[in-house]
Amino acid sequence: MLLKLASSCVAGLLCHIKATMPYLGGEETVRELRRALSNPNVQSDPLRYRNTILKVIRTMSQGVDVSGLFSEMVKACATVDVVQKKLVYVFLCSYATLNPELSLLVINSLRKDCQDPNPMVRSLALRNMTNLRLPSLVEYVEQPLTAGLRDRAACVRRVAVLGWAKLHNLQPSSEIDAAVVNELYSLLRDPDPVVMVNCLRALEEILKEEGGVAINKPITHHLLNRLKECDIWGQCEVLRVLQRYRPQSEDELFDILSLLDSFLVSPHPPVMAATLSLFLSVSSSLPAVSLAALERVSGPLLAACGSGSREMRFAAVCHIQLLLRSVPGLLGVHYKRFFCGYAEPAYIKERKMQVLVELVNDENVAMILDELKGYCTDVNTDTAQAAISAIGRIGRSYSDRCLQILTGLLGLKQDHITSAVVQTMRDLVWVCPQCSDTVCLALEGCEETLQDIQGRQALLWLLGVYGERISSAPYTLEVLIDGVRSEASLGIKMELLTATMRLFLCRPAETQDMLGRLLHYCIEETTDMCMRDQALLYYRLLHCGIEETRKVLQGRRSDPSLGVLIGRPAKPVSQWARCFNTLEPLSQGAVEAESASRGSPEHMTYNPKPNADLSDTLSCSHIQEIHSGSDNAMRCSDSSTDGLASSITAPLSLSLSPAVSPEDFEHLWLQRQALHTERGAEKIEVVDCAWIEECVRCPAVLHCSPQSLQAAMQLVNIQTLAFTPQHTLPWRVYLYTHTQRSHSTDAPNTTLILGELLCTGEANQKAGVKKGTADSEAGAEGKEDQLVRKEMVATADRLNEDGQEEEEGIKVTLNQQPRDDDALRQFLTVLTTVLNTLSSEKD
Amino acid sequence: MISQVFILSSKGDHLIYKDFRGQAGNDIVSIFYEKVTALTEDQPPVVMNHKDLYFLHIRQGGLYWVATTTVGSSPFAIIEFLNRLAALVKDYCGSLSEKSVQMNFALIYELLDEIVDYGYIQTMSSDVLKNFIQTEAVTSRPFSLFDLSNVGLFGAETQQSKVAPSSAATRPIQSSREQGGKSEIFVDVIERMTVVIGSNGVLMKADVEGEIRVKCYMPSCSEMRIGLNEEFSIGKSQLRGYGAAVRVDECSFHQAVRLDEFDSHRILRLCPSQGEQTVMQYQLSDDLPSALPFRLFPTIERDNGGRLLMYMKLRCDLPPKSAAINVCATIPVPKGSVSLSQELSSPDQSAELKPQSRAVVWQIARFAGGTQLSALFKLEVPSLSSASMLEVGPVGLSFELPKITATGLQIRFLRLSPVQPGPSQRWVRYVTHSDSYTIRI
Repeated sequence: MLLKLASSCVAGLLCHIKATMPYLGGEETVRELRRALSNPNVQSDPLRYRNTILKVIRTMSQGVDVSGLFSEMVKACATVDVVQKKLVYVFLCSYATLNPELSLLVINSLRKDCQDPNPMVRSLALRNMTNLRLPSLVEYVEQPLTAGLRDRAACVRRVAVLGWAKLHNLQPSSEIDAAVVNELYSLLRDPDPVVMVNCLRALEEILKEEGGVAINKPITHHLLNRLKECDIWGQCEVLRVLQRYRPQSEDELFDILSLLDSFLVSPHPPVMAATLSLFLSVSSSLPAVSLAALERVSGPLLAACGSGSREMRFAAVCHIQLLLRSVPGLLGVHYKRFFCGYAEPAYIKERKMQVLVELVNDENVAMILDELKGYCTDVNTDTAQAAISAIGRIGRSYSDRCLQILTGLLGLKQDHITSAVVQTMRDLVWVCPQCSDTVCLALEGCEETLQDIQGRQALLWLLGVYGERISSAPYTLEVLIDGVRSEASLGIKMELLTATMRLFLCRPAETQDMLGRLLHYCIEETTDMCMRDQALLYYRLLHCGIEETRKVLQGRRSDPSLGVLIGRPAKPVSQWARCFNTLEPLSQGAVEAESASRGSPEHMTYNPKPNADLSDTLSCSHIQEIHSGSDNAMRCSDSSTDGLASSITAPLSLSLSPAVSPEDFEHLWLQRQALHTERGAEKIEVVDCAWIEECVRCPAVLHCSPQSLQAAMQLVNIQTLAFTPQHTLPWRVYLYTHTQRSHSTDAPNTTLILGELLCTGEANQKAGVKKGTADSEAGAEGKEDQLVRKEMVATADRLNEDGQEEEEGIKVTLNQQPRDDDALRQFLTVLTTVLNTLSSEKD
Repeated sequence: MISQVFILSSKGDHLIYKDFRGQAGNDIVSIFYEKVTALTEDQPPVVMNHKDLYFLHIRQGGLYWVATTTVGSSPFAIIEFLNRLAALVKDYCGSLSEKSVQMNFALIYELLDEIVDYGYIQTMSSDVLKNFIQTEAVTSRPFSLFDLSNVGLFGAETQQSKVAPSSAATRPIQSSREQGGKSEIFVDVIERMTVVIGSNGVLMKADVEGEIRVKCYMPSCSEMRIGLNEEFSIGKSQLRGYGAAVRVDECSFHQAVRLDEFDSHRILRLCPSQGEQTVMQYQLSDDLPSALPFRLFPTIERDNGGRLLMYMKLRCDLPPKSAAINVCATIPVPKGSVSLSQELSSPDQSAELKPQSRAVVWQIARFAGGTQLSALFKLEVPSLSSASMLEVGPVGLSFELPKITATGLQIRFLRLSPVQPGPSQRWVRYVTHSDSYTIRI
């Protein structure tokens, strides 16, 4: 007790120091106030007494600890002046927990007030009695609370109902009195709507362990019928609780929905949002109904986007982003509503730009780009950078127009703009390699304006990868290499090393000398192990010969799987319905910003995010599983990551010609299947064709739309011939391709592969397979990599926990003619990568 | 569910702190303020979190209104709650400022006590609350010469007495009871314009968000009828009457408004409760009935001395009898602009270079309709290049148009029934604000 007081004094003192009182010290103020409160002259003059109490409360709310005045304030409680009573109660409720003994004195006067003829006094006393939060007083409170439930005045019943919830939370372990629960249930029929809603709230808290208040058909219908009597706060509460209800028949469902239709278009955003949440949860099995509701709600949501309160605008824009995930084209015509006002705060502008990117189509692209261009020179650097990266995102579909704007911005020669533009160009080139020519031209000379680390890293990556087309590349690097000793950022030094190596491969004459100097510095002078290791690795690699180095370092310049994923396929509503109308969509901004601060696109593997918003990042990371060998060449000797290894021994290329018609396919497939079953599981040597069956773990691929699957496959030159629609089981896809191997002389040059993907929906042996591959991979790699890998496995596991049918695998049946095991194996790798990319994109 | 509510001044002073659930200590207030001040920007995000506790805040009257809650709460409900709380405090205290909150903290505690119990919102209707709130508001009204000018020579009615003083609607609603305050009712039509004009002068976007707000100081008012223009129509297809159509795209009403006479006569019927409430909200996109209030004709060039010359001609296209006030044009200028010299066409304008916001701010106190003002700004920019011309613009204009609505919405009449005994005053006011008026260069 004493200890508690002492600690609270210290806390109070600290608070006081923070709260910078201009005139008096905290202790002195308390002494002064105590003197005034116990002065009989003051006590006899009601106005002066009240003013002194006012002073106490004022001091309290300024953060000064005035708990020492407790006994004086208890005395002041006995008064007929309601205003004074209220003030004293504010004080008592704040400090009662520090003075449990003294609080006992208050209880008597509170209990007396509970008998007062004035309902306002009764409710006041009852409310404050329960607000004292003292478990020791529970026995004194129960009786007035029971009486309060049957009080004539609604305002007393309101307080009494919630009082039981407070009481229960004071002693969560104590037994729940069944009589009270029953009484609360019966009070759901109270004529006062607030009492009804409070009953719901109290029961939710008291019955938390049992999953909250029971929502059965009679209660649901009772609540729905009385919904109109409630004010908006009550309506929100009722709608929230009703989310748990599952209608018993479709007719009932539609009755409920039509009853709630007017609430869906309510001018009050809280009601509208709560209604939509309810719609989405009760109609989760009927996607068409959910979509119709989304369409209906877009009007009121748009109106909220233009609300006078900018915080409300922000909430509305964030929720519109959710809607757009499922109905991308929903607000296309209203794109102008998302133009930023010049006085709007940066956090709204950023979100609005994200929405604008989603709404781009052929008709409005010119207007949207024109508008975004205006934001690029915003005073606020965050806004400017967000605008530039938004233009970059649009550039994935409309590259020419966007590159024109971006190139123009480089002319401004301002460091933050140039940095953002270079980073955006890097990301754009990674996705759309066809932009590289323009980008290479634009990059000349911009190194002078770049200041920050991210921007310079991006430039270095571009110089390394496209060095042969940027004439000034060696000179730029030379300047940096000369100054490498004074360079503070490790990230830049590492990027510089890799870029110089890459440039050396395509322009050896100009780069040889500086590369030597850089390697010397890194190996002999630097103290950073990471950097030294990397340099040593490159050094040894160069000893192995230029061809080997080339194979390791000249990896991918672009991400082939991304091209088709720009027009983000619509995701099911159920994916985000859970977080609609919660704080989650409003606090997600940080994730988006993070992605802008990475080094080169290849490094995305190192920060995999399980965020559905960043589909591209995730899909890159899977591509990287195979290609990141370009950055850490330890992989190249490891055959378990066969993609890179075998592409080094004999690059495989796939092609679609000559085309196979569906009829031919069917014919060939059936013929070979028959052969296969005839011979049993052995591979057929005689007819020189191979038949293998493999299991691939790719969780969500069967949720992909046929279009995106087809497009992704076509990018790697695999033609899909027939599908079952998404979400149906068994799910099948038929595909074919031709393999070509240029370097091998012994094997036949081209083979035809026919394939079938099958998912029956039964969870089978996949768990083992998955763990196995993950472990073998981890074992084969360097230490840092292992960590990363573990993280990824952990991420995958987490995803599995969240997700539904993740353990299912896809059975891949491949048929090859003529037989070429190597090619077949490589093809399987490619196929697995594509499937993984697609499924991770769906996660 | 709301855990705590607190109000902080912009400097971080604790003004009000109320803990409803006793789940977190009051050091949370300091944590919030640390988070706010740790950010470089002046605008912290609406939602921030500290462990499991989430802060949601709004800014009004220069104050932080903060609620703490858990992640599952509805942001719409809590933001609406904070907005409504600020509106109630404004109703009860007269105005919203650090000073008025400080002076009326007892009243605000009382309000919070009645509004929220155990973190659950009980009621926010001023009709209900007026029965419970006992504390009286404390106001400090600055001495104003305007009050004196209201009294005409020998008590004669002057022109001014027909116009409500601007401070009339900023008094506490409850003072009317004891202090014998006038029983007045204010009906305000407030519109906000969002406009984007392209560099070629073409209108790219024009939105108007409007609302009719009723502020009622009458202790008991049975029914009020507000008549709108007969030609008022909603949606694109509908056209009414023969006069110039007053059209809005979408329109929504307060739930207390009865619309039985709306379809035939465009009359809204309601029983206003004390305090302020929004009776009707509407919006109009892209199709304004009247000309835009402002046009800008900029010429920007570099002179031989490496200075940037901006010649701005601003034309006000309002009807000649009306005027815009507090016009302020913000012209972004290239980074590194050092100094400004200016030639303004009339003495009541002013202009200034604000280096940290990288803009020239050109202010015009009063701008009569049908007139034109011009200004020549010469900027000293040491590193001026042809590309830095790109940094000039877009120009943002903020202004206030008293007695004008952009949609043309008018209130034909305002009737109280039964007729109030004693002197009652009814005021109708119109104003259009600029929400965002952007002119590209």
